[in-house]
Amino acid sequence: MTSAKIVIAGGFGVGKTTLVGSVSEITPLTTEAIMTSAGEGVDDTRQVPGKVTTTVAMDFGRISIDRDLILYLFGTPGQTRFWFMWDELVRGAIGAVVMVDTRRLADCFAAIDFFEHRRLPYLVAINCFDGVQYHGAQDVRDALAVSADIPVVSCDARSRESTKQVLISLVEYVLTMRRQRAGAPA
Amino acid sequence: MVAERDEPTGALVRPYAVTRGRTRPRMEIALEALVETTVRGRNSAGQNTTGQGREQQYIASLCDGRLQSLAEVAARMKLPLGVARVLIADMAAEGLVAVYEPTSFDSNNNDAVGTELLERVLSGLRKL
Repeated sequence: MTSAKIVIAGGFGVGKTTLVGSVSEITPLTTEAIMTSAGEGVDDTRQVPGKVTTTVAMDFGRISIDRDLILYLFGTPGQTRFWFMWDELVRGAIGAVVMVDTRRLADCFAAIDFFEHRRLPYLVAINCFDGVQYHGAQDVRDALAVSADIPVVSCDARSRESTKQVLISLVEYVLTMRRQRAGAPA
Repeated sequence: MVAERDEPTGALVRPYAVTRGRTRPRMEIALEALVETTVRGRNSAGQNTTGQGREQQYIASLCDGRLQSLAEVAARMKLPLGVARVLIADMAAEGLVAVYEPTSFDSNNNDAVGTELLERVLSGLRKL
């Protein structure tokens, strides 16, 4: 019996919880983490006198893949200053979906930087609100300056089928990368 | 639709009171690690009514016959993640629950186990 996880990132209101909810077998749950003294220096609380407690909330869902494997989808806290939580979220993850609202592209920059720095495989999913896509995949790729091998796909986060395709694309991409590395001369 | 809660939800009052102030778990448990109540955990329900007893009993009933991740236990009990982690680590040390570690994917790791698992994930997603 084991589990695995995929991280769902993106700016506030981009549809992370909607995407999780469209494929999850449970209503998305919220778990909270408290920043303890271990977070000092990550998030600066030194300017505040006395002890300060910060709570970070993350939404997540679950998919039973087969009898012995459960996949979790974890939405990142929207505020990227909560890095202490991002570290735990990406540890051991299969990869990440970076959700993009083309009207607010810059909201996803921090997530892309973070995943590239941690070498976590990711793909970019353009959430088409009300079926409207304001910019093409190539425009988004250029604007984000992501390398050509990183998949950029469109999706409707409300649609189970669409979300399923996004997750399949991510796992296929991760598998392809692994096979390429395995086949490459050392 | 569930509202996204990206703002801090406010300070909790003494969140680690149920663990008597302990913030460090006896073992590290990943967010997505699965927790299952053991026979011993089921049989000992109701015997420990002091200290962490109530929380432990709740966890034992929550994970009895249905595996739940640390994140799910914390969310369903409305406990901060760190608190649930300390409680579950204690229970694991006492043999009341079994903890199944997740399969970890590392970019530097090309092992066959990871690839086999990814193929299972892929096939499971396609069947959804």
